[in-house]
Amino acid sequence: MNQGLPRWAGLWLLPLLNLAIALAAAGVVVAIVGQDPLQVLSVLLHGAFGSARGFSYTLYYATTFIFTGLAVAVAFHGGLFNIGGEGQATLGGLGTGLVALWGAAHLPAWLLLPLMACGGALFGMAWAALPGWLQAWRGSHVVITTIMFNFLASTLLVWLLVDHLKPAGSMAPESAPFGSAAQLPGMRQLLGWAGIDWPASPLNLSLLLALAAALGVYLLLWRHRAGYRIRAVGSSPAAATYAGIDPKRQVLWAMAISGALAGLVGMNEIAGVQHKLLLEFVSGAGFTGIAVALMGRNHPAGIVLASLLFGALYQGGAEVAFEVPGFSRDMVVVLQGFIVLFSGAMAYVAAPGLSRLLRPGAAHG
Amino acid sequence: MDEALIATVLASTLRVATPLLLCALAGLLSERAGVIDIGLEGKMLFAAFAAASAGAVGGSTLLALAAAGAVAVALSWVHGLACVSHRGDQVVSGVAINLIAAGLTVVLGIAWFGEGGQTPPVGPEVRLAALWPGAGAAFGPLLGEGLLGHNALVYLALALVPAVWWLLFRTRFGLRLRAVGEKARMVDAAGVSVRGLRYAALTLNGLLCALAGSYLVLAQNASFVPHMTAGRGFMALAAMIFGKWHPVGAFWACLLFGFLDAVAIRLQGVRLPGIGELPVPLIQALPYLLTVLLLAGFIGRSLAPAELGKPYVKER
Repeated sequence: MNQGLPRWAGLWLLPLLNLAIALAAAGVVVAIVGQDPLQVLSVLLHGAFGSARGFSYTLYYATTFIFTGLAVAVAFHGGLFNIGGEGQATLGGLGTGLVALWGAAHLPAWLLLPLMACGGALFGMAWAALPGWLQAWRGSHVVITTIMFNFLASTLLVWLLVDHLKPAGSMAPESAPFGSAAQLPGMRQLLGWAGIDWPASPLNLSLLLALAAALGVYLLLWRHRAGYRIRAVGSSPAAATYAGIDPKRQVLWAMAISGALAGLVGMNEIAGVQHKLLLEFVSGAGFTGIAVALMGRNHPAGIVLASLLFGALYQGGAEVAFEVPGFSRDMVVVLQGFIVLFSGAMAYVAAPGLSRLLRPGAAHG
Repeated sequence: MDEALIATVLASTLRVATPLLLCALAGLLSERAGVIDIGLEGKMLFAAFAAASAGAVGGSTLLALAAAGAVAVALSWVHGLACVSHRGDQVVSGVAINLIAAGLTVVLGIAWFGEGGQTPPVGPEVRLAALWPGAGAAFGPLLGEGLLGHNALVYLALALVPAVWWLLFRTRFGLRLRAVGEKARMVDAAGVSVRGLRYAALTLNGLLCALAGSYLVLAQNASFVPHMTAGRGFMALAAMIFGKWHPVGAFWACLLFGFLDAVAIRLQGVRLPGIGELPVPLIQALPYLLTVLLLAGFIGRSLAPAELGKPYVKER
């Protein structure tokens, strides 16, 4: 699919060009609504990186996007498009929250917190493995089933919170707050133990979990047989079958791992920040994961960088919305859409022109 | 159940089903031509925003409908440019359209109207009124209010079911459109443009999405509210699949989903003998659950067009 481009251009130049087009399109929208794109950009950068507090928020947002981005990437390498990150993350938060509510009174933090992570990963895994199983054995397309599972996840959470987990006499659809053993330490607390004064922010230990997950995904996909099998089925199910790999089981595995990664979002949002189970804590991060994975070229290192960019956009965007009247933070969603469009759906539109530009005269091939 | 209750349930079933039906028919036209359309939600949302903005500022129903049509068809063409002309991934492109619509409607709404993304209310002279205001008094509750008390878009949506059926199954254009979704190479070999047919399907798809979006602001709400489609586009997608990619099937699916929505609120707190209190969320989740079960082959078999999602590469 590199359409006659040299390897370096296909790997670096074309993605950067697509990103530039997406940014330019967003700049045009900013200009249309009557603001100065350069001013917006400078406020945004300052808000995201200008202070320890701002940077802390950037990293907090990035943590969630690393999880959902990795989830999309693992499924992608298995030849599957998982748009169910939203629902899997919702279920992950539910799993984390249920373990926390059950265990906070009985268990110490060092045992409970890993269990909460496992609970989140398992719930997310189940919510993705089921569509994976339906695709592999029952022939229903994973894109449609994961969309349906997103809605099923949100109704399930509403039902559980409203009818079962809400403390008696409370109006808000939220669980009781977790006990202190179930609260993941924040970065301020952690660095405080080391004697460093760090501003208060939602950033917590999950960031390290996310980076470990990125490393784990790299090792799994490129350094382990299990990941090789997933990638083999992703690039050619027929060839994989001849090599003695059962594509059905790989589909199930790819989806299960993908869902487990999305499920870890609960650690960042529920265990790390909210300390109670509530509605809407995913708020679109599952879809942001698609943009992150596309921008990061489905590679863990790229995904960490892309998550940092999106984290900066979310944090910086909030600052811009605060400082520039009439600017909406939803501009970030628009930019996400443009990135998915230009780096995803139209990724190769610019390739023929680019190859003509790079190799004049040798463009016909 | 008395007659008045049946009449209200019937009326609200039709009200809920109308935007679903318009959107499901839109998705059906595109998918029968082989183009997956995950972007129904985004197109309906942006069309609703366009209709509300034009309706509130311009003060004309026609202007509102035209604005919605222009916006939704433009988004359909973006989808076509990415997937039909440049063979991009159809699902990715659909996701992009949903994100762009969800973000841009709020950004533009805040910039233009400054009310947290809401548009000003659309005036009563712009909104669609009941077609026969005296029907309730003349024919009684069931016939008059349940069936005849609606606005023109409801009846248009109902009329579009046989119209789309006729277009797809009784015209040359429809035969070619279905053929392009089943075996594009044959259509190309017969000398008919695959690209042209898919763009035509996407254009019709945009127009129907525009009607669905317009309905939300001209008949249901008084103004545009951010994210007001609230998953209706995806439910329409589910209805299309549940109706097995057939207009009449989609019609029954939309009626069923509308009915479930209409009774869900009324069953709140109702106790059934032997079962106890019905969980309302379960009824609201039924459309998605049924669709998953159908797709998995547990209730009948749902067969998608053979070349759905496959871009066509013309041989040179």
